[in-house]
Amino acid sequence: MPDLEITNLCFLDRGPYSFHIAGGECVGLRGASGTGKSLLLRAIADLDQRTGTMRLGEVQADEVAAFLWRRMVALLPAESCWWLESVGEHFADFAAVQDDVLVGLGFDRSVGNWHVSRLSTGEKQRLAIIRLLANQPHCLLLDEPTASLDQCSVSRVEELLTRYSQNNNVPMLWVSHDPVQLGRVCHRRFLMENKGLLVDTGVVQDGRSTTYSH
Amino acid sequence: MDVQPLTPTDLALAASLLLLLGLLSWRLRLGLGRQIFIAAARTTVQLLLIGHVLRLLFAHVHPGPLLLLATIMLLVAGREVIARQQRALRGIHGWLIGTGAMFISSFTVTLLALLVIIGQTPWYEPRYAIPLLGMLLGNTMTGVALAMDRMTETLWQQRHIIEQRLMLGQTATQAVAEIRRQAIRSGMMPILNAMATAGVVSLPGMMTGQILGGSSPLDAVQYQILIMFLICAGTGFGTMVAIRWLEQQLFDHRHRLRLERLSSGTRKTLQAGP
Repeated sequence: MPDLEITNLCFLDRGPYSFHIAGGECVGLRGASGTGKSLLLRAIADLDQRTGTMRLGEVQADEVAAFLWRRMVALLPAESCWWLESVGEHFADFAAVQDDVLVGLGFDRSVGNWHVSRLSTGEKQRLAIIRLLANQPHCLLLDEPTASLDQCSVSRVEELLTRYSQNNNVPMLWVSHDPVQLGRVCHRRFLMENKGLLVDTGVVQDGRSTTYSH
Repeated sequence: MDVQPLTPTDLALAASLLLLLGLLSWRLRLGLGRQIFIAAARTTVQLLLIGHVLRLLFAHVHPGPLLLLATIMLLVAGREVIARQQRALRGIHGWLIGTGAMFISSFTVTLLALLVIIGQTPWYEPRYAIPLLGMLLGNTMTGVALAMDRMTETLWQQRHIIEQRLMLGQTATQAVAEIRRQAIRSGMMPILNAMATAGVVSLPGMMTGQILGGSSPLDAVQYQILIMFLICAGTGFGTMVAIRWLEQQLFDHRHRLRLERLSSGTRKTLQAGP
């Protein structure tokens, strides 16, 4: 089962960051805007220059090609980009996307032919999540995954991502400004303070079962 | 048959046209007067200078001075490629890419033409070597500069898309495939267009010169076809080398987009054309 181990991760003038997320565990990350939460996610996805070691399960980041690491450690940016004409073209194989994922986020198979230029912000966000999961990632880094969604979609996304994480023993790092949401989806919480200082604020105390395995 | 020589008065007459243009620009507040003046002065000085250099070179046929002149031409072209880019690569690499690409393409193609195709003895006969190299360098310079400018500018504008594609697990090569293609295309466009309209809309400069100099039109046309092919090949190879090289510099070994290696986007003052 994959777990994510970050050791002495430094980038820009930040760090060192060291923490561990177990397989199937969801860790929430909160903090004021501009403290560098997104930067931390980018560094873990190896998109910026960094030092330190990162390990996912048996795999050391520096021992695999960067694009393979990013396929395993999937980053969902706060704003997704779509560069081709139709939605389906952005998938390696749209036909392989499971029906329950599409339905789970309120789409059907015809969405593959939709024009990107006519997608709403919320639709783009939900489709970005589907696109990300289609890569079968082994770790999820989520940058405010529900920021642009209505309440109904928020629950659907939370449910889908939690189910994916539980079923596949996937560690998740979930950035959100909503403490209530983090209470719902996370087992543990980090707080990012000024200058990127990361504080482990401990296990979420709302009775949510913490039976994920280490 | 010899060329009708031009007197200074003839050139002064042509210059008075530019003076008129400058006056008009001043009246219409186009702000072009200064640039027209500088461009005209540069053309006059540079061409007079090269005229004397060539006269010397033709009098003493030897590969040494020829190589020296070729090197100077290459270095100036390399500087010009940088000057024509809005966001050039910082440091020695920015200069090296343009210069290296032009060296590889222009010099090899010129050598091939001199040694194999034209087969003049000696091969370094400056009467052939310098005009050939000059035409190839001038055209590859345009192509390489256009392509590099297009590549860096598009990468800058589409940086979010590139990074999104990297996040989805694409390699750097996959993530810039379309941009690379567009960049190479835009570098090739001028020569492809020139080839498409040659003889129908425009009469290329070298052919015109040869005809003015008294060659038979058919000989001149054959040389012009040769030159067009050489320029097309040189520009194509040069552009591809430059774009590949540039791409390697803009991503690192971890397939990260490294746009901080580009200088900020202020174009230096427009340079006069060739």
